[in-house]
Amino acid sequence: MSVRLWPGNILSSRRAMSNVLIILVKVVLALAWLLTLTLLMTWVERKESAVIQDRIGANRASILGLRVFGLFQPIADAVKMMFKEDFEPSFTRRFLHALAPFLSFFCVAVTIAAIPFGPAVRLGSRVVSLQVADLEAGLPFVLAMLSLGIYGIVLSGWASNNRFALLGSMRGAAQLISYEVALGLSLVGLVIVYPSLRMSRIVEFQSGLLFGFLPRWGILLQPLGFIVFFVAALAETKRIPFDLPEGESEIIGFYTEYSGLKWGLFMLTDFLEVIIVACLAVTLFFGGWQVPWLGPTGFRFPWGGELPLRGWIVSALGVLAFNVKVGFFCGFQVLIRWTYPRFRYDQLMDLGWKVLVPFGFLNLLGTGLLVSLRK
Amino acid sequence: MKRLGYLVEIARGALITARHFLVNMFFHTVALFGLRPRRSGAVTIQYPEKRKELAGRHRSRHRLTRRENGLPRCVACLLCVTVCPSECITVEAAEDPDPEVQKRPVRFSIDLGRCCFCGFCVEACPEDAIRMDTGVLELAETRREALAYGLEDLLR
Repeated sequence: MSVRLWPGNILSSRRAMSNVLIILVKVVLALAWLLTLTLLMTWVERKESAVIQDRIGANRASILGLRVFGLFQPIADAVKMMFKEDFEPSFTRRFLHALAPFLSFFCVAVTIAAIPFGPAVRLGSRVVSLQVADLEAGLPFVLAMLSLGIYGIVLSGWASNNRFALLGSMRGAAQLISYEVALGLSLVGLVIVYPSLRMSRIVEFQSGLLFGFLPRWGILLQPLGFIVFFVAALAETKRIPFDLPEGESEIIGFYTEYSGLKWGLFMLTDFLEVIIVACLAVTLFFGGWQVPWLGPTGFRFPWGGELPLRGWIVSALGVLAFNVKVGFFCGFQVLIRWTYPRFRYDQLMDLGWKVLVPFGFLNLLGTGLLVSLRK
Repeated sequence: MKRLGYLVEIARGALITARHFLVNMFFHTVALFGLRPRRSGAVTIQYPEKRKELAGRHRSRHRLTRRENGLPRCVACLLCVTVCPSECITVEAAEDPDPEVQKRPVRFSIDLGRCCFCGFCVEACPEDAIRMDTGVLELAETRREALAYGLEDLLR
């Protein structure tokens, strides 16, 4: 009898082989998209803050005299970070100290697997969904992974053996746990309304129409839920106004003892979280890759017009719509970051437990009532 | 109720930054297309390429003025040396062949590393021999000695 290394017959035929290949390509593409966007986000952060404050922003980085609005600045930053000394103080716990940035980076980056980028694409005889892993429990998976990100913060503070770092990580843990409650609560209403936890089903559900003319997006079904979700998600990104774990001006934060690429990884994680929050907001509340009134065969306007389109154009429009929406939310988060000052610690806890959680319950109650009355 | 007022203010804060962003972006975009907008999208002056226009009475690096015959106006009266709070001016006097002038400087040195650009020397000078109107601002050097300007440097 032969021993089966793989369950079932994943590798038994050429077709299965190409399935594995497709998944690998999707993983690479999704990660490339995410990391490119992260680098771009550092540029957007610099530039948008500059324009908000009537400045110009970094525009001197050039390759062969070519400046293109300082778009090469992220590359210059990355090169600088790579060549910096990776200083490790003698009093740190070596292994955990090195593990922490990778852990927090991984836990955030892996959530991109559950985000649908566009409608399924027909490639020859097979249909390929533009999503790395269409998990049955996509939504809980994303939330779980975002929660695991706390370990990176706690570990970095603990392993640094530094009081300020420990203070920062304790603050971070308390803040993230508090806001996770509100984040989860705000999404329970969504789970009641949507038929599935599968991300692709959630997006497909939002293609319908409300009152015959409005796109059935989550924001229209759960407006209060969206506000609670967005504020809680902002707190999860640990950026100003919720940057208490870092708090540059009071405690230096959980990455006090980090330098070089490891510190860079923490910073990259911040931007990754911004993108993931934007992806989540778009997927759950703004129709994912849906374009209003665009079906699989083309536009069908509620006022009676029709515009038939080819399948690949519809797919391309879907991907474009997803990117535009994510871009908008990334920009919006940068705007928020450059508008508000940091919360005081008690204000932060007040907002989490006395405002967001009650509103989350209110939203849940209202949704439950409405749904049960309709049945 | 008071809390509600805070919420309004929070929203207004975001509107202010959003307005700055959109208005500035509009002017940046207009400039990008080669049109001349009413104002620039940013208050920044791109320094080495563009320079801010100096005010008429701006105090920059000193210079020594000359008479019509090309000799320095300075009569080595040492008033600037006396008034200088940083004690950065040194003047060595010598006899001038012209009996009208009587004295002239053989050495005139200003240590710009010590100078605080107060302009007292210009005010003290009875002969209008020293001025601070060259418009030279970039005085960075890698050695302190290079900042000691002599008679020839200042007459140039």
